[in-house]
Amino acid sequence: MSEACDACLTWTWLLGRMAGHLDHARARIAAVLELDEEELIAALGGDLGTDLLRERDAVDPARQRDRCSQAGLQVVCRCDPAYPVRLRDLPAPPRVLHVGGGLDRFLELTARDPVAIVGSRAASSYGTGVARSLGAALGRAGMTVVSGMAHGIDSAAHVGALDALAPTIAVLPGPAERPYPASRRALHRRVVRTGAAVSELPPGTPVRRWMFPARNRIIAALAAMTVVVEAAERSGSLVTAGFAQQLGRVIGAVPGQVTRPQTAGSNALLAAGATVVRGPQDVLDAVFGTGMRAATEDDRPELTEELALLLAGLADGRGTSAALIRAGYEPDEGIAALASLELAGYLRRDGGGRYAVVP
Amino acid sequence: MLARIATFAIDGVDPRQVSVEVHIRPGLPAFAIVGLADTAVRESRDRIHSAILNSKFEFPSRRITANLAPAFLRKVGPGFDAALALAVLAASGQIPRDALAAYAVFGELSLGGELRDSPGALVVAEGARRAGLTKLIVPRERAREAALVEGLEVAGVPTLRAAADVVRGARPPELPEAPSAAAPDRAAEPDLADVRGHALPMLALQIAAAGGHNLLLEGPPGTGKTMLARRLPSILPRMTRAEAIEVTRIHSVAGLHADGLIGRRPFRAPHHTISPSGLVGGGAPPKPGEATLAHRGVLFLDELSEFQRSTLDALRQPLEDGSVAIVRGQRALVFPTKFMLIAATNPCPCGFAGIDDRCNCGEADIRRHRRKLSGPLLDRMDLLVDVGRPSERELTSGPITSSDSARRRVADARERQRARLDGTTASCNGEMDARTVRRHVTLDEPAEQALARAYSVGALSARGRHRVLRVARTIADLEGHERVSHRDLLTALGLRQQPDLASAA
Repeated sequence: MSEACDACLTWTWLLGRMAGHLDHARARIAAVLELDEEELIAALGGDLGTDLLRERDAVDPARQRDRCSQAGLQVVCRCDPAYPVRLRDLPAPPRVLHVGGGLDRFLELTARDPVAIVGSRAASSYGTGVARSLGAALGRAGMTVVSGMAHGIDSAAHVGALDALAPTIAVLPGPAERPYPASRRALHRRVVRTGAAVSELPPGTPVRRWMFPARNRIIAALAAMTVVVEAAERSGSLVTAGFAQQLGRVIGAVPGQVTRPQTAGSNALLAAGATVVRGPQDVLDAVFGTGMRAATEDDRPELTEELALLLAGLADGRGTSAALIRAGYEPDEGIAALASLELAGYLRRDGGGRYAVVP
Repeated sequence: MLARIATFAIDGVDPRQVSVEVHIRPGLPAFAIVGLADTAVRESRDRIHSAILNSKFEFPSRRITANLAPAFLRKVGPGFDAALALAVLAASGQIPRDALAAYAVFGELSLGGELRDSPGALVVAEGARRAGLTKLIVPRERAREAALVEGLEVAGVPTLRAAADVVRGARPPELPEAPSAAAPDRAAEPDLADVRGHALPMLALQIAAAGGHNLLLEGPPGTGKTMLARRLPSILPRMTRAEAIEVTRIHSVAGLHADGLIGRRPFRAPHHTISPSGLVGGGAPPKPGEATLAHRGVLFLDELSEFQRSTLDALRQPLEDGSVAIVRGQRALVFPTKFMLIAATNPCPCGFAGIDDRCNCGEADIRRHRRKLSGPLLDRMDLLVDVGRPSERELTSGPITSSDSARRRVADARERQRARLDGTTASCNGEMDARTVRRHVTLDEPAEQALARAYSVGALSARGRHRVLRVARTIADLEGHERVSHRDLLTALGLRQQPDLASAA
């Protein structure tokens, strides 16, 4: 089994130890992570410089390994030949990857054409619906869905894949054993059960702001293609797309309503030449070449003419009851029709108890 | 000389018999009241003194000791005045002592000798009947209310003098006209016929009323959630006499109602700043809360997400048990709380989710908003319905139904439930437990399949399945179906409450 080397573990210890100092250099975090131990301490250690050097000399790598296994994590360092090859494209590949859910499984999943689905935390129900069905369809097509487990798009992508019984990789901003955000405890458990939760930080490290862009570079590097579902003009997912571009990976974006500021960022990506993602087939075509692989067929039952009319009314963006009246339903007929569309898989009810169309 | 007369203390909403004993013996003039009396009772010495003098009686200039038995029960309030005064008159030989034995007396005195309106006369009358007394003297304003108790001779008197006359038999007590049985003034009540549009919420209201299901209305501000909720009492079946008396009793004790029988089901809409004890009852001495005032009627919680969590969680026991026990010191008081709960909330912090582009709330915001709603409370809500903005065409068209016709449908559905649920603990579909649901809710073949599919695709939790079955049974009752049909089940599914995404993700 793979093990991390002493040098990489010591550096990673220092990264965790200095986590609080790195926020100052948040804007240049990729460059900071390229520094070696002495440079890091000199650049950001401040007054603590000599103390940190002394502490660093006293670090016992065996103890670090123990802490990881106590947290239920397995480790692999970049000196190991088994280390995911895509991550080596980064100027500063994570020295040590801490993996929850099994290292072998993680390494196997990274070889299975990972695709990153990322986007806004404050997503619309359209966005989460698209992310969910993309996650499900790509998972079914045998790709590994990679995302960051944040609220909104990220979680929806994971959930979509998991619902389709496909394993998924969550790259966490904090340590891998800790669900972040904390409300995603249940999702974290589900991800770890069949897939993997990954981080470059040693267990127990508190979450800092610089860790989000650092995490985004790992997502971009792991994936063959990065799909941005919904992003505002200043969004972490655009950072991910930026890293993906530097690495020469394919970037895709899902078109959003032009009037919504919440999708201005993803639309801007499209304007700059990103691949248009209208559904899972567009992703499969971009990764494997046009026509090489087909998404699995829609296995939902055929709709009657009446139900199709109702669904079209909803898909038009009309409110529920307005669509009902347009289709000429009595209220109880209408609500029953909505329920049967839901059972057939064309609609789902989201957090607010309202209906969203499943693409 | 010693005189005795019965009166009643009001303990929560229940009567407790109190025996007033007055002993007059020679000695320096003094008037002492013993027997765990609070300040208002002890002050009654002065009121009684003046009232007796102003009623042209004589106040004995001897040593007077009054005892309120049993001594362990804390006596609160001024309702003992009249009993004390009559006992003093009897002990000093100004009215016959023997005649007092059959009477219970209740009321506060003014200095001038009038009997003042005192809340809770109905409770006292019930106590008097239960104690085997045959005659009751109450202030005149409360006579009609007290006369609701059958088998009791009620005298409503304006003054202490008149009360004394009644005891003497000098003048026959003016028996108040018995109030006519529940004939509520329907015209003044809000009616469903005033509502335009809102076909779906009106359907949900009828289902809620027919099955006794709690209902959550969700929609943007200003669409008519409150207007709809206010009309729920008008489509509930009329109260039986026993129910009306229960309600009258509670409202009488709370001082909200003075005359005769309440015919209309109560509708209580407390503001969201209410405290837990304001909602379920409390204080010292314990007073009924809004949940008890809504007994046999409707409790409406507008802006559900604005209520404090602790306040909403306090509703769990009342909703579950139909009563709430308030424990103070060594005593526990039980208040009845059988009400229908109807709540309204905005779908998201700004209130416009799903309606138009004004809403900028993300899923995370909506989730946070939903999290503010108390989980255990949502668990008791069988129905969820969106209240949207009616269209221009709907606003100018006629009403969909009137309260009268809706109430008839509801009453028919309730009748079917009563026949089916006879012999179980439930009185309507909303009260069915898991076993009763298994026994009494039968589905036809297509409905069975749809339910199985909903469960297998994860649209339903085990609890949610149970709720959907209860609602489906009610819809079938409204439609007159023997077994739950496919359509009934789909309608119930469409009106179900959503399990929170946060737990699903």
